[in-house]
Amino acid sequence: MNFWLQIFANPELYAATLAMATPIALAAVGGTFSERTGVVNIAMEGIMLVGAFFGVMVAAATHSAWLGMFGGVIAGGLMALALAWPAIRLQSDQVVVGMALNVFAGGLTAFLLNTVYGYNGTPTSTPSLPIVTLPWISNIPFIGQVIGQHDVVVYLMFLFVILGHFTLFHTNLGLRMRAVGEHPEAAETVGISVVKIRYLGVMIGGMLSGLAGVYLSLGMLSSFDVNMTNGRGFIALAAMIFGKWTPFGAFGAALLFGFATALSISLQGSGVSANLIGILPYALTIIALTGLIGRSRPPAADGLPYVATK
Amino acid sequence: MALLEIRGLCKSFAHVVANADVYLDVEAGTTHAILGENGAGKSTLIKMISGLYRPDSGEIALDGAVQHFASPRDAILAGIGVVHQHFMLIPAMTVAENIVLGTERQRDAATPRQSRLLFNRKRAAASVQELSESLGLPIDPWARVETLSVGMQQRVEIVKALYRRARVLILDEPTAVLTPQETEELFAVIRKLNQDGIPVIFISHKLDEVRAIASTVTVMRAGKTVRTAPVADATAAQLANWMVGRDVILQSRKEEVAVGDSVLEVKNLSASDDRKTEKVRGVSFSVRRGEIFGVAGIDGNGQTELVEAIVGLRKVNGGSVHLLDRDIGHMSVGERIARGIAYVPQDRQQDGLILSFSIAENLQLREVSKAPFSRRGWLTRAAARKRAQQLVEEFDVRPPVIDASAGSLSGGNQQKVILAREMSRNPELLVAVQPTRGLDVGAIEGIHRYLLQLRAEGRSILLVSLELDEILSLADRIGVMHAGEMVAVMDNQNVTRESLGLAMTGKWSEKEAIS
Repeated sequence: MNFWLQIFANPELYAATLAMATPIALAAVGGTFSERTGVVNIAMEGIMLVGAFFGVMVAAATHSAWLGMFGGVIAGGLMALALAWPAIRLQSDQVVVGMALNVFAGGLTAFLLNTVYGYNGTPTSTPSLPIVTLPWISNIPFIGQVIGQHDVVVYLMFLFVILGHFTLFHTNLGLRMRAVGEHPEAAETVGISVVKIRYLGVMIGGMLSGLAGVYLSLGMLSSFDVNMTNGRGFIALAAMIFGKWTPFGAFGAALLFGFATALSISLQGSGVSANLIGILPYALTIIALTGLIGRSRPPAADGLPYVATK
Repeated sequence: MALLEIRGLCKSFAHVVANADVYLDVEAGTTHAILGENGAGKSTLIKMISGLYRPDSGEIALDGAVQHFASPRDAILAGIGVVHQHFMLIPAMTVAENIVLGTERQRDAATPRQSRLLFNRKRAAASVQELSESLGLPIDPWARVETLSVGMQQRVEIVKALYRRARVLILDEPTAVLTPQETEELFAVIRKLNQDGIPVIFISHKLDEVRAIASTVTVMRAGKTVRTAPVADATAAQLANWMVGRDVILQSRKEEVAVGDSVLEVKNLSASDDRKTEKVRGVSFSVRRGEIFGVAGIDGNGQTELVEAIVGLRKVNGGSVHLLDRDIGHMSVGERIARGIAYVPQDRQQDGLILSFSIAENLQLREVSKAPFSRRGWLTRAAARKRAQQLVEEFDVRPPVIDASAGSLSGGNQQKVILAREMSRNPELLVAVQPTRGLDVGAIEGIHRYLLQLRAEGRSILLVSLELDEILSLADRIGVMHAGEMVAVMDNQNVTRESLGLAMTGKWSEKEAIS
């Protein structure tokens, strides 16, 4: 009993939850934007990986973590363009394109890592993103220890979750986006460009996934490893669905997965089998997706190519 | 001068000429009907006027000014309002959201107070409410569209067009989904709009409705406008003649047929849809020999599930289905076919035929394991082809080429292939769902004549249709479905469109029937 109390009363557990939830929440909010406009995005894993790599590459070359972040976000956006073009213009199967991008991203980043940096990996001199300490708040006991001191991306994540919700549900753009994802023909007949809106949704998604990748490489570490996303993109996909295609929902789901990961870390060396603990976040994903929340309804035109008539 | 003028519009797709030399003058404050069969080019014309298609040549002029619509946006800004046959509404959103959607950058929109960036739910709802009340078309702006009746959704579409300051309102087949009562309400709305000076273009293939509401009618045939005339000057027979290009028998003639024993007995049948919602609730009726039993109702009131439960495509939750005193309620589709059920599904291209297969192959699909189509598991090509050739000739499929793909046939001929396949084994009961959907007048006439011929031969037919006219002209008895129940079974001889309409909306009680 004492053992569990020790674990659950430790603010470190919740701070780690937030840190672990950040990349998942960012990608999940991004995915929400993509799917709300009607493009299924299962390429978040690959986009994160590309964002993580180019983040490090730009940061190492410019000795600026901020420029690195910028580079990673742009790379994520470009990668999303590679999904958007076939998905929107060529009316390809979005799941197939997304899967291809995931495979492509894994190969591309491993290849570049090897050719650009050789066996030693990314340079140890790569700068990392700053840790921010919130004044006032960090002094509050417990709460301060949980939310008071984090990587800057963690706070950006909060910003984007709120901004994402506000954009989708309180702006005209958001109304248009949701309309395009529900019924593109109806949107077209009231003069909305389905193609433009969908590009925008996918690009926003790509940039947020790119930022999630940057957080992994320049935030948590300051280096890039082959396949360092380790399935987080797919967990983000689950978080997006679990969160019923809303930014706040996605954030809540990401917290849950972050908590499972953080818990598995604090349980390490506690005598519970490490392998068993390791599956916790993934087991939770499966349980969550098999109807813990009841049926969640995707946007009606999610994944359906729109053929414009002329 | 006419408010809307169409001068010599042409539009072709690949090798198909959809519109050739279309002329139209619509005067302010009038209702102008465009009458034509499916495929006559009405939809193409509407899509050009509403900016979805760009014409190859010709002009569209509003108030004398020639318009060039590059997108629906341009058409909306010019004052064209369209209510499409399939509503362009987002079911998951509210009425206000649907109406306001896309107008925020329109300088001329009905509500100049709207912000360009932010979407204000309350303000949107208030402006929609204000407009709808001033038009005399009250709607609840906060209601989600998916919770509204079809008639109400149509009202939302009309308000949506007027919110965009439409100067011309185009209604594409507006009555196809309405009950007779809702149609009357729509007509009242149209008359009011006319009084306010807004012309309405009323697109239809129903002669009676055109005669009831329009002042002028333009008839389209094969992509051309063949004639424009004041409605008062044209008889129904004339209109039909212009529409089809030849004389048409408008009323099917029914022979007296002695009704025999019951063939199909459905008792207390219940069934659910794919989402496990109960869609058929305790339905009972029977179909007798030499009888056409019509099932009427608004789309989605359980007709589909009822039929599927009878033919074996859907599990029966409760109750029984008897064919000639044998319980078939739990038999497989194959066993039911063997006992004598034939089925013409609603969607002939999706469920009735395999379009990429040849006519011959489609004709053997149903009983491919029997002679003459196969023997001991091997296809017997020559015999099957011979049989197919016979059927094609017997049912007058044109062209009578059994190797052509089913997809290359016209809708009417596709339906003949299905009927040939289904009727070739002398079934006890034919279940036909919307057998004339989307067919032209000539083909409809042919199918109706064939169904009546089957009836005269003493066969039993269960006919499900959304077209009241079809039910009224063919059926001997009519069962009306509402919310999964068969709320009334009436004899066609003492039925009126009004009582049918009441029953379809669930406002029917046996007391009224007696009084």
